[in-house]
Amino acid sequence: MEEGKWEPKVVGFLCHWCSYAGADLTGSARLEYPHNIRIIRIPCSGRVDPMFILRTLQNGIDGVLVSGCHPGDCHYQSGNYHARRKFAVVKKLLEYVGIEPERVQFSWVAASEGPKMAQVIEEFVEGVKKVGPNRLFKDETKDGK
Amino acid sequence: MVESSQNENIEILTYSEVEEVGGYIGNFDVKIRKKARLVDMEKCTGCGTCYQKCPVKVPSEFDMEMGVRKAIYVPFPQAVPNVPVIDKEHCRMFTKGKCQICQKLCQAEAVDYEQEDEIIEDKFGAIVTATGYDLFDASVYGEYGGGRFKDVISGLQLERLISPSGPTGGHITRPSDGKEPKNVVFIQCVGSRDVEKGRPYCSNVCCMYTAKQAVLLKEHMPDVQTNIFYMDIRSAGKNYEQFVQRTMEKFGALYIRGRVSKIYERGDKLIVKGADTLAGGQVEVEADLVVLATGITPRHDSKELAGILGIPYDQFGFFTELHPKLAPIETVTSGIFLAGACQTPKDIPDTVASASGAAAKVAALFSSDEMSMEPLVSTIDTAVCSMCKACMEVCPYSAIQEDEITLRDGTKKKQLKVLESVCHGCGACVSTCRSSAVMLRGMTDEQIFEELMAMAQ
Repeated sequence: MEEGKWEPKVVGFLCHWCSYAGADLTGSARLEYPHNIRIIRIPCSGRVDPMFILRTLQNGIDGVLVSGCHPGDCHYQSGNYHARRKFAVVKKLLEYVGIEPERVQFSWVAASEGPKMAQVIEEFVEGVKKVGPNRLFKDETKDGK
Repeated sequence: MVESSQNENIEILTYSEVEEVGGYIGNFDVKIRKKARLVDMEKCTGCGTCYQKCPVKVPSEFDMEMGVRKAIYVPFPQAVPNVPVIDKEHCRMFTKGKCQICQKLCQAEAVDYEQEDEIIEDKFGAIVTATGYDLFDASVYGEYGGGRFKDVISGLQLERLISPSGPTGGHITRPSDGKEPKNVVFIQCVGSRDVEKGRPYCSNVCCMYTAKQAVLLKEHMPDVQTNIFYMDIRSAGKNYEQFVQRTMEKFGALYIRGRVSKIYERGDKLIVKGADTLAGGQVEVEADLVVLATGITPRHDSKELAGILGIPYDQFGFFTELHPKLAPIETVTSGIFLAGACQTPKDIPDTVASASGAAAKVAALFSSDEMSMEPLVSTIDTAVCSMCKACMEVCPYSAIQEDEITLRDGTKKKQLKVLESVCHGCGACVSTCRSSAVMLRGMTDEQIFEELMAMAQ
């Protein structure tokens, strides 16, 4: 990263069975993706509590990516469907309070889709760069807890 | 089958259906409907007088409707147990209200028209699903006659014609006029590898059974000519390729690479028009008999059974294994295993291998009093839980159940508990719980927030 230039900091919640494995494949295939992303492994995209997304933004992180298995491919049968429904509501709420839609993304990446994972992350980070730092939602008064 | 039926540790429930499955690994509560066969299994000696004398003739399902059976019948000669069943739809006692010939003739007094279905409820430690497959219905292929031509038969029908205990006693004859066929055409991939018909997968067994049938036909009738239309010959398996080569070289089967576009009748012959893609032209074969190598489809009721067992299935209705490579026998519901073609089309060696694997898995499970489980499962803090039961609805494994406890003052209180042996740790319940009463061990909200905090710095 260049000195002095703002680089976004984004968090990816990737499901263990598909997207995390996909990101792993990206690495073993020697493909590069922006290092702005920090990945948190979760068992299933259905594990993602809307609170995770709010807390992430509250902590001053510039974007949140949630990625799970393709619909119908969930290791736990239905987790990604629950996630999708929850996410539709959260996304509306965030837009209502003024969070740019680029900041919060949801995607489906399978374990075999290493190049797609790299592409998804790249596009997502590009989008976050375009909307700039997350100032609106960052809680400056507390340490975020 | 006979050996299994005589083993004292094996109880075979034929003519029975599983209606409900509850519980979990080691403790499945299963409700089985043992249908009334109207013949007392304890009394029947299997003498066979009843079905010899029964006056009602019905097309035999086992002989692919080419032969007949009676209204009281044993489905096929080696059936286990050797106890007949009465087919209520055709039995004169039920259609006309009188007959009773079988009852009068039965010396063991085993025939009982009043018998009713029996419900068996018991606990089981493990379940092996081995429900097999259905044959693809070739009548959806209009170009092959759509079931109109009597002499266009399925591979299984030919199998019955070849069988010594089959409807023709092992003489291979045309269903239309009973003549011996001189020129036989086989068409492969009927209901397999056909995206148009919704069957894009390979049925695995048809290439080999077609080759076997070509050999058997030649052995039965040395002057027969067999022509096989194929897409690719898929002979992956021990000695399979050599077998196909022998079919061509020693048994004179003519393999034509191409699809058949049309079959029509000319006189008493069937004209098969197709492409020969290797020679690069059209071919026309005058056939006496056409055999369709019909593929494998899931059982018509496999989706209902999957619902009862709580196991997933694919877009066709084949049951899904836990992992395609590393856990091909287990299902996502621990304690339920798969054997045979209910999972995917399989030939006999593969079926035996998967069945042996399933049996070994069950034996290993039962060999110890304790079993190791994944520790990363959900727990419920009952002091915080508001009993809204939203978690029960999202749990794909029904791992959360209602439990009743007795408090110190003697009053009963209902609460929720997680069955640790059923929970897979997906966390759907945790993110659903409004009062944060559910926690996923090893992946708690606090742990994730700490990760986030570290990242934000």
